[in-house]
Amino acid sequence: MTASLLEVDDLHVRFSVSGGGLLGSGRRMLHAVNGISFKLAKGECLSIVGESGCGKSTTALAILGLQEPTEGTIRYRGQPLTGTGAPGRMQRAKAVQMVFQDPYASLNPRQTVRASLAAPLRLHGITAASEIADRIEVMLGNVGLTPEQALRYPHEFSGGQRQRIGIARALILEPEIVVLDEPVSALDVSIRAQIINLLLDLQEKLGLAYLMISHDLSVVEHMSDRVLVMFFGQVVEEGGWRDIFEKPAHPYTRRLIAAIPDPYAEQNPLRQQDRLPGVPPLDGRGFASDCSTAPDVFSAPARSELVEIALGHRVRLVPAD
Amino acid sequence: MRLGFNFWLGAGLTALVVLAGILAPWIAPFDPVLDADLMNSELPPDATFWFGTDGQGRDVYTRILYGAQISLTVGVVSQLINSIIGVTLGMTAGYWGGWWDDLVNGVTNVMLAIPSLIFALAVMAVLGPGLPSLLVALGLTNWSWTCRIARSSTLSLKSLSYVQAAQTLGYGDLRIMFTQILPNIMGPILVMATLGMGSAVLSEAALSFLGLGIQPPFPSWGSMLTDARQLIQLAPWVAIFPGLAIFLSVLGFNLLGDGLRDSLDPHMRTRNP
Repeated sequence: MTASLLEVDDLHVRFSVSGGGLLGSGRRMLHAVNGISFKLAKGECLSIVGESGCGKSTTALAILGLQEPTEGTIRYRGQPLTGTGAPGRMQRAKAVQMVFQDPYASLNPRQTVRASLAAPLRLHGITAASEIADRIEVMLGNVGLTPEQALRYPHEFSGGQRQRIGIARALILEPEIVVLDEPVSALDVSIRAQIINLLLDLQEKLGLAYLMISHDLSVVEHMSDRVLVMFFGQVVEEGGWRDIFEKPAHPYTRRLIAAIPDPYAEQNPLRQQDRLPGVPPLDGRGFASDCSTAPDVFSAPARSELVEIALGHRVRLVPAD
Repeated sequence: MRLGFNFWLGAGLTALVVLAGILAPWIAPFDPVLDADLMNSELPPDATFWFGTDGQGRDVYTRILYGAQISLTVGVVSQLINSIIGVTLGMTAGYWGGWWDDLVNGVTNVMLAIPSLIFALAVMAVLGPGLPSLLVALGLTNWSWTCRIARSSTLSLKSLSYVQAAQTLGYGDLRIMFTQILPNIMGPILVMATLGMGSAVLSEAALSFLGLGIQPPFPSWGSMLTDARQLIQLAPWVAIFPGLAIFLSVLGFNLLGDGLRDSLDPHMRTRNP
């Protein structure tokens, strides 16, 4: 087991929202993330899946320092990234970067590709023009763009090319962790495979650790080493991708897997969910929730615990008394 | 980059006003103040007095050339003050939010509730008439719309992921505002400023017309209109030419503003091959 690069321990994020009363009365706490813990090792791809509003993006923002956690700690190489003594944006920038979902909103329309890659280098103390030019050229080569294209503005590129530029920008400071927020969901289906393969190549070449946020399970299946399934700010199941995709235990995970479109469904008379293997024995304990009803986001979830049912495969169950 | 007819018409008119103001001492045939001759008063336009003469026998053409200096100075300087105040307040309010946003919004709403000409009048009454107080009065009273536009544009840009990307790349707040937000809100701000130049020229004319702006005998288009009031039936040219000067320069600023907005839109920009 390699040492973990990033450790998230019991992360909670709550937002104070207006209840709609006069004079700010009726303010309530929205529980977005309720005690997430995970570790990310070097060179690993960990995916967080779940429906909209389950807290997966908030978790990512907390890791990037764009959202202050309410409770819990995030450590990078053993050093805290949160609370007092947390590093500033500058130090954090060299550790974690992000590839954004929408390639049309993630590039400044008034900066050429070269400018948007050179500015962060200059900010981080690389001032020699030749070194900046070299690093930009290498990075453009890495993501499959030519140096001539660096002089163009974002609107002159297609969605897939823009996403390549976004990847280049995320990697230009040589971070060890890259958060991928739905990296291909805004792209044309025919482009997705190219970008996924590019991300996998870069991961291998540069030894990157990916934290991928997605609801597209076919992409998750293709890229991930491990998967966290989130519901209402909690992990309901986590495990290696084989555990999740071949032996899903939690009813929520099973429904997600069953919802993947299956091109061979016609040839197979059974519904996909029925083709999944049975739920492994859980020592007679029940699931904390089957996640079929919308949760009350204004109160903390009922007590439950993650139980290891196989090596590295954990499921959320009602607590043992 | 292809600029439309309107832009060039606006640029032409603006250039005409700028040239008139700068070159006035050389191209004006008379002195705007000293060449008064009551024997020549209220002469209609002819070969000597192109735009005729006013009640004191001064050449209207000369006075309009010199008046352009006043109008340009008032337009440019007051809009510069307005834009700096409006963008600084609006951008920081939109970016930081919180109590600062509430405070800026409150002040902006108060400013919008006061008729700006009345407020300018009050400032002029305190500072006394003259060009410097005119600049201060018009510079302090018209930033509210610029501020609102800067704030709302900043709010919509702040949620875009390139601003978040700049944060994760380690940019500080001020650097993000100057490199990521300001260039992308400059279009509407510039349009507001050029349109505002037109209205500043009008406000200057109004304040001078009311006797609080440029003091006689020095020429400004507004004070020329004041003088023309009693003569308008006897010598209409005394009112027509300053009015035309105001009209054409305001039109010029407005067309220029529109044209600049179009050319600053990056979607209309093509790369040089």
